[in-house]
Amino acid sequence: MKLHEYQSKQIFKSHGIPIPKGRVAGTASEVKQIAEEFGTNIIVKSQVLVGGRGKAGGIRLVKSPKEAQDAATAILGMEIKGLPVRKVLVDEAVSIVKEFYIGIANDRIRQMPVLMASGSGGMDIEEVAAKTPEKITKVYIDPILGLKEFQLRDAAIGIDLPRQFWKPFTEIGRALWKVYQDCDSTLVEINPMVISADNKLVALDAKIILDDNALFRHPDLAELRDLDVEEPSEIEARKFEVTFIKMQGNIGCMVNGAGLAMATMDILNLYGGEASNFLDIGGGASAEKVAASLRIILSDPKVKAILINVFGGITRCDVVAKGIISAASEVDVKVPMVIRLVGTNEEEGRQLLKKSKFISAETLVEAAQLAVKSAQGS
Amino acid sequence: MSILANQSTKLIVQGVTGNEGLFHTQQMLQYKTNVVGGVTPGKGGEWVLDGKIPVFDSVKAAVEMTGANASVIFVPARHCADAIYEASDAGINLVVCITEGIPVQDMLKVKSYLQHSKTRLVGPNCPGLLTPGEAKIGIIPGNITIPGNVGVISKSGTLTYEVLYALKHFDRGVSTCVGIGGDPIKGTGFMELLEMFEADAKTDQVVIIGEIGGSDEENAADYISRYMTKPVVAFIAGVTAPPGKRMGHAGAIIDGNTGTAKAKIEALESAGVRVAKHPEEIPSLLG
Repeated sequence: MKLHEYQSKQIFKSHGIPIPKGRVAGTASEVKQIAEEFGTNIIVKSQVLVGGRGKAGGIRLVKSPKEAQDAATAILGMEIKGLPVRKVLVDEAVSIVKEFYIGIANDRIRQMPVLMASGSGGMDIEEVAAKTPEKITKVYIDPILGLKEFQLRDAAIGIDLPRQFWKPFTEIGRALWKVYQDCDSTLVEINPMVISADNKLVALDAKIILDDNALFRHPDLAELRDLDVEEPSEIEARKFEVTFIKMQGNIGCMVNGAGLAMATMDILNLYGGEASNFLDIGGGASAEKVAASLRIILSDPKVKAILINVFGGITRCDVVAKGIISAASEVDVKVPMVIRLVGTNEEEGRQLLKKSKFISAETLVEAAQLAVKSAQGS
Repeated sequence: MSILANQSTKLIVQGVTGNEGLFHTQQMLQYKTNVVGGVTPGKGGEWVLDGKIPVFDSVKAAVEMTGANASVIFVPARHCADAIYEASDAGINLVVCITEGIPVQDMLKVKSYLQHSKTRLVGPNCPGLLTPGEAKIGIIPGNITIPGNVGVISKSGTLTYEVLYALKHFDRGVSTCVGIGGDPIKGTGFMELLEMFEADAKTDQVVIIGEIGGSDEENAADYISRYMTKPVVAFIAGVTAPPGKRMGHAGAIIDGNTGTAKAKIEALESAGVRVAKHPEEIPSLLG
C-alpha cells in the first residue's frame, strides 16, 4: 500500500526528518490562503500515487497567492495516468544547491534490507540503477543488528557528501531506518534530499510503501489507504479476502491459487482467448467467498463466459462445488460456465455439480478450449 | 534416497489444533507420514485425532519427548516468525512453513537469524513438500502423484498440483516435490534445491515451476548452465500478467523491467532448459 507524499512527509516530520513548511489542501481557495501565509516562493504539488507528476504538469512553482490559486485550480481538475487529483500539497520552495537520493528497500536477491544513496538525486532512481549503477551506493543492513553509523558514513562518502553534512545525513539516515521499521515499510525514499542555500539537508519529496501483510500491526496507517487508485471490484473482492485484478478480456476466471490463476489466464491466451480478470479465491474458500467472487466477475458486462478452475489442496472440491451451486442459485448466471474441479474430494465435488447446467472439463487444456469456444459462441 | 524428507523423518505440527492444522495432520497421517506430535501453547497434554497425536506446549517439549527432527507450521501469520524461531531454537533441522501473509520484515529477521543456525526453512506461503510413498510435509494432496525419478521445485501451490497430476497421467512419478513458496523473502530457493537434486541418486531430471517477480528463475538458469548435468524442464506463470500489479503472491510482481515472464523464459531457454507453454505440456518435454 502506497502513501501519499503529504502523508509520508508527516511521518518523516514526526521522526525528525527536516521537511519544508507545507500543508495539504483540497480546494484552490484553501491553497490561496496557505500561499498568503507562506510568502512568495511556493510549490503546488498534486497528490496522486503515480510517478511522473512533474512531467504531467502536476507540480508547479509559483510566485504569488494568485498564481498558487490558478495552479491549484488547474491541478485539481487534472487526471494523471488515469488517477484524479483530489488534493495538492502546498510547500514553501527551497533553494537547491545540490540534490541527492536516499532510500531503504528490500533486496530480493540478497534477502536483506538495503540503504541506497546517490548523488544523482531528483532523477528516476530505477533509471539511474539501470544505466549508471556505479552512481548508486548500496549498504546492506542486517535487520537484527539494524543500520549502523559507520554504514551511514560509508554511504555519505559514497555519494561525495561534504563532511559538514555527515552529521545531519546520519541523523536523517537513522530516522529513515526508524520509519522503515516503525511503519513496516517495503520502501522509504527521499528523492530528492537537498542541500539548501542556507546549508541544511532537507527532504523535498517523500515516498513510503507499506507491507500489506503487516497492516494488522498498524490500524492507523491502514486507514490512510486511498481507494481512488483501485478498481471498485478490487475493493469489493478484498472484503471477502479474495484477490481480484481487472483485466481486458471477456472470459471471467475463478481459480484457487495465484500461480494457477496466472497459468489459467496464460492458457486462455494461448488458445486465442483473453481473461477479463485474475481471481484467486485463496485457500479454504468458503461458499460465501465463491458466491461473492461470481458476483464480482459478473459485474463486468463484457464477460461472455466463465472458467472456474479449482485444484483442491487446502480448498476441498466439495466445498467449492457447494459454493458454486449456492452462488448460481443467488446470482443469475446468463453466460456459459466451464468448471474444472480436481484434487482433494474431487469425486464428491463432481457429484454435486453433475445435476447442474454447467459445462464440465477434466484437463486444463480442455477447460481453456471450452471456455474460449463458449466466449466466442455467446 | 530423495531430498529433505523420507520415511525416517519425525514430524511435528505447529498449530496442530487449528482447523487447517488438524485437517492436514490427518491427511499426512493417512499418507503414512511419521507424525510424532503437535504443538499448541496452552494445550499440552491433550491428544488429537482419536488419541493418535499428542499435543505439547512447546516445540522443545515435543522434541524431548518424540525426537522430532522436522516441523510443519500452520499457525496464523502474525505468530509465524515466533514459531520458526522456536523450532530452530529447539534444534529442528527442517522447518516447513505453510502460512501465507507473514510480514516481510518478520521474514527478513528470520532469514538473518537462520544464517547462524543449522535449521533449513522451506516456505513460507508454500504447499510444503512430498516424497511420494514416503512422507508428506504440508498440504500437497497425496493422491495426485506417484514415486518416480522427477524432482519438482515450485513457487506455487495449486499450480504444482496441476503439474504433478499431469505427470501422473503419463505414469511419470516424482522423487521429491518441494514448494518453495510465493513470498519475496523465503527460506530455501531454487538453487539450493537444484544442487540437492543434482546430487540425489533417485532423481534423473528436474521440473521447475516459476512465476513473475524477482530474479530467482534467472539465477536458477545461470546455476543450471554452470552446474547441472541432469535435464531441467520449466514452466513460468504470468506471461499475460500486467506490470506493477501484485498477482496474488506477495512476490509475484513485475517491478519496472524486473521479473517479467519473458525474461525468465529467455534466460532458462538459453541455459538449455525446455520451457513448457502450459503446465500439461511438461510430461512430453521430459526425457
